This record gives sequence, structure tokens and C-alpha cells, in this order.
Amino acid sequence: MSFKEFNKALKKNKLLGLKCGDCGAINVPPKMVCSECTGTNLEITELSGKGSVKTFTTNYVAAEGRECEAPYIIVMVELDEGPWIMGNLIDIAPNKVDMDLIGKRVVMGVKVFPGDKYSAGDMARPLFSFEA
Amino acid sequence: MKKVAVIGVAQTNFTAAQDKTEVELFAEAALEAMAKSNIKPRDIQALFVGNVLGDFSEGQGMVQAFAAENIGCFNVPANRYEGACASASMAVRDAFMWVASGFYDIVLAGGVERAATMGTPLATRTFAMFSDSRYEFPSGITFPGVFAMLAHLYASHYNVPLKKLKEQMAQVSVQSYKYGMHNPKAQMRKEVTIEDVLNSFMVSTPIQLHDCCPFSDGGSALILASEDAAKKLTDKPVYITGVGQASAGPLSSQKKYLPRIYSREVSSKLAYKMAGRTPDDIDVCELHDCFSIASIIAVESLGFFEFGTSGEAWMKGEAAIGGKVAINPSGGLKAKGHPIGATGGGQVYEIVNQLRGEVEPERLVEGAKIGMTDTLGGDGGTLVNIILERGW
Ligand SMILES: [Zn+2]
Repeated sequence: MSFKEFNKALKKNKLLGLKCGDCGAINVPPKMVCSECTGTNLEITELSGKGSVKTFTTNYVAAEGRECEAPYIIVMVELDEGPWIMGNLIDIAPNKVDMDLIGKRVVMGVKVFPGDKYSAGDMARPLFSFEA
Repeated sequence: MKKVAVIGVAQTNFTAAQDKTEVELFAEAALEAMAKSNIKPRDIQALFVGNVLGDFSEGQGMVQAFAAENIGCFNVPANRYEGACASASMAVRDAFMWVASGFYDIVLAGGVERAATMGTPLATRTFAMFSDSRYEFPSGITFPGVFAMLAHLYASHYNVPLKKLKEQMAQVSVQSYKYGMHNPKAQMRKEVTIEDVLNSFMVSTPIQLHDCCPFSDGGSALILASEDAAKKLTDKPVYITGVGQASAGPLSSQKKYLPRIYSREVSSKLAYKMAGRTPDDIDVCELHDCFSIASIIAVESLGFFEFGTSGEAWMKGEAAIGGKVAINPSGGLKAKGHPIGATGGGQVYEIVNQLRGEVEPERLVEGAKIGMTDTLGGDGGTLVNIILERGW
């Protein structure tokens, strides 16, 4: 699966991964080989987009061109299928998060970063909110 | 394999934004390293230069070729290394291998960067290029953001209350500033207290301004020589006895080991094995303290302290001069500065001077015989370790 396919699906709120036919591992984002066993017998599979927060930060200093986004919360989420994925968290004020966030259940939505002069086009990113 | 010595080392002042070009900064260090090694430009058979963002900071790519000509090393092979913050360490490691193989007798390795010159917004953008650009940068990840997430993960993984961890992180910075005060080439020369760190501007929770190293401009250069050549040129050769390098993918791909940086464990094991040494043998270590939490994570993967306990080690002075292992007596990246393409060369510069006993008395690790460098590129994507030993 190419970045283009992954990105296109994500924009429709579909998180695609690769299921390894040899060891059963789920790989996200896409790779040429399974990151567990290096097998190439990989099949595209749609993931739930649900998981729990492993770690986070509220970022107050953004990169050039993205200053207006700050402050924002970045999370690393362990998906129910196993892989970790980086995204943003909404539903809570950036200055209100603390260590209690770790372990919280979240569900994926999506937002598109339009890219900047150093990016080869736009990129969708997971935008998590708390599971109801 | 031949034995390889570092015979002469040099470093410019590491500074905030300044006026010299990258070629000029590198040349300043290179000419001083040659003079200290009793060699002329024509003695150098190849040039290995770490440089990361010259394209962005002054519109200059291929700085290594222009630098070679500028310092009189006409028409020698000149290679540029880019491994984010570990670039110069990659250059030193490759230079080491070429001399060890017997292909060259004398090579110049080092690096140069003008990170401060870019200003904070562009520097923050370009440094973020060392994260995964397609799958992770869209979330707005920055270099402090990566270590901020590792800090929260460290606190939860090892059950260290965040408040306590933040004080330990602050103590890491306090120690670095203290040594930096006595380093005339350091960028930040003032003392800070734990309170100062905890009251500084919030960058990326829980990382505050004084938890971060500065953006810096600077150059570093070392002359590497085969044992035979070294014996004719210096009576204080410092031998490179072990090297290691490893790579890793995006932060999310490193999930099994985080907050440990697995590439560091692979790299340092290679270096220890090659040198026939263990962590207990290391007297002094210049490690990659781009953020205070990075030091805490690094010493554990390098085998100096148990996982989850090294914050305590700083509080008790075990990571200070006179403790179990002297960490960053130069002031580290925190106080000395972090001109990323030059950083690894600056670390070797410090270790060589420490082993030779040629540093300011206030920050001298007395009697040090074995030293180590640790340089991390990006969020673990490149890791290089080098072990150096007194050769006289
Ligand atoms: Zn597999």
C-alpha cells in the first residue's frame, strides 16, 4: 500500500493497515515488509481507529508556518490492533491535560494538514476524541 | 585492522547566531586541528564533514568540497554526512574505518552548522524534518515534542511521579549549566537553579525552556591518524578503541522499547564489544542531552544506571565529576550548545581534552583514562557511540 492510498482512505476517516499473512501482525503505517517478521505477504485491512493514549504533550512552540495551531495536543495512541500511531487530541483544552490522560480510551477522526513549502502535498492525520 | 588515534582536536566557540559562513567556521576548527597535529593541508588524504542544514541556513549545499578547497586540501575526496544531530559522529566513525582499514593514514573529520542563524521558527521546522515527514509531521510534532512525549511515557512506565521527574530533569540542566560556566567555548554561561528551570517558559509539556539545548552555530574538527603516523606526530595519542552505529524508523515504530531508545542499546553494545570494555570502565561520557529527559534516558541505555532510576543518580551527584561516571563535563549540548552538524566532533574534542588533562580545573575529570561519546540523531533514527582511550 502506498502513502497515496493510505492518505486517500484516511481522508475518508478509514484507517488502513497491512495484515501480515505469515505472522498475523498488523502494520501501520504501511511498510514494504512486515515489521515483525519481514514477510512480504501483506494484505490491506481496515482498522477500528480505536485505542488508548500511551503518551502525550501539549505543544506551545510550533514549526514555521504552523504557529497559529499552537497550543495543540499530540498523542501517541496504541490501537486496539497493536500498532502505535501519532495524532492530535481534541475534546479537551490543551492547557487542561495532565498525566490522567494516559490510558484514556479514544476514537479516531481526521483532519488534513495542507502541507507547506517543504511538503510534497497534503497529509491527513488522525484526530482523536474521547470514546463515548 | 590498524589502530587509529585522534592526534589533534579543535572546536570553534559554540554561539548564538553569528556572521561567519559554514566554510569559515569549519575552516577555523580545521586549521587549528591541523596545527595542533603538526601537519599541513597536503598531509590530509580525505575530508569527512557532518553538515545537516547548510542548504536551509545559508543556501549552501556540498559544503565539504568548498571547505576542502578553502583549507588547502586540494582535490581530496570530501564527503558530507547527514544523520541529523549525529552527523559529525558518523563522519568520525567513517573516518576511523578508512584509517583502520589501511586505505588512508591521515584524515580530517568534523562538522559544522549554523542552526541559530536560521531563527527559531525555521530551525524548528527543519529539525522536525528528522521525524517521519508523511505519517508523523502532520500532527505538528517537533523535536521538543518527541522528548516531551518520552518524558510523560518515562513517568508512567517507571511509575515516577511527574513532579519528581521534573525536578530530576531540572537537576540535569543545573549540573550542565554549572560545568558550562567553566567552559570558555560554551554558549550558555550562567548558573541556574532548579527553581529557574521550573519557572521557565513552557515549550512542550512537560519540557520547559531550560530543559532544552539552544540552537547553535559552530564547527569542530579532528585529525585521525594510523598508529604509525600518530607516533611521529604526538606523544599523547588518544586511540579510538570502539565504535558503534545503529538506525531506527519513526517514533511510533519504536513502540516496543520506548521510552528506551533501542538503537542506542544496539550501537553502544557494538562499541563496548569492539573496545572490550563495559559501562563500568567508562570514566567520562559526553552524551546527547538535547533535552534534560534525553540524558536520563541515555545513561540507562548506555548501562551506567538501572532503568527508571537515573534521575535519582543526578540528585545524588552520581552523574557528576567525582561520581560513578562524569556526564557532560563540557556543559553538554545544554550549556555548551548544539550546532547539530558539528556536535559529535565537539563531543570527541571534549573527551580527548579530558583524557589529556587539558581542560579547566573546575571541570576536569582527574585521572580519566577511558571516555565515551553518545550522539543521537532525530528521534533515534541515527545513533553513534565512540569509545576513546589514553594511548600513553
Ligand atoms: Zn509478519
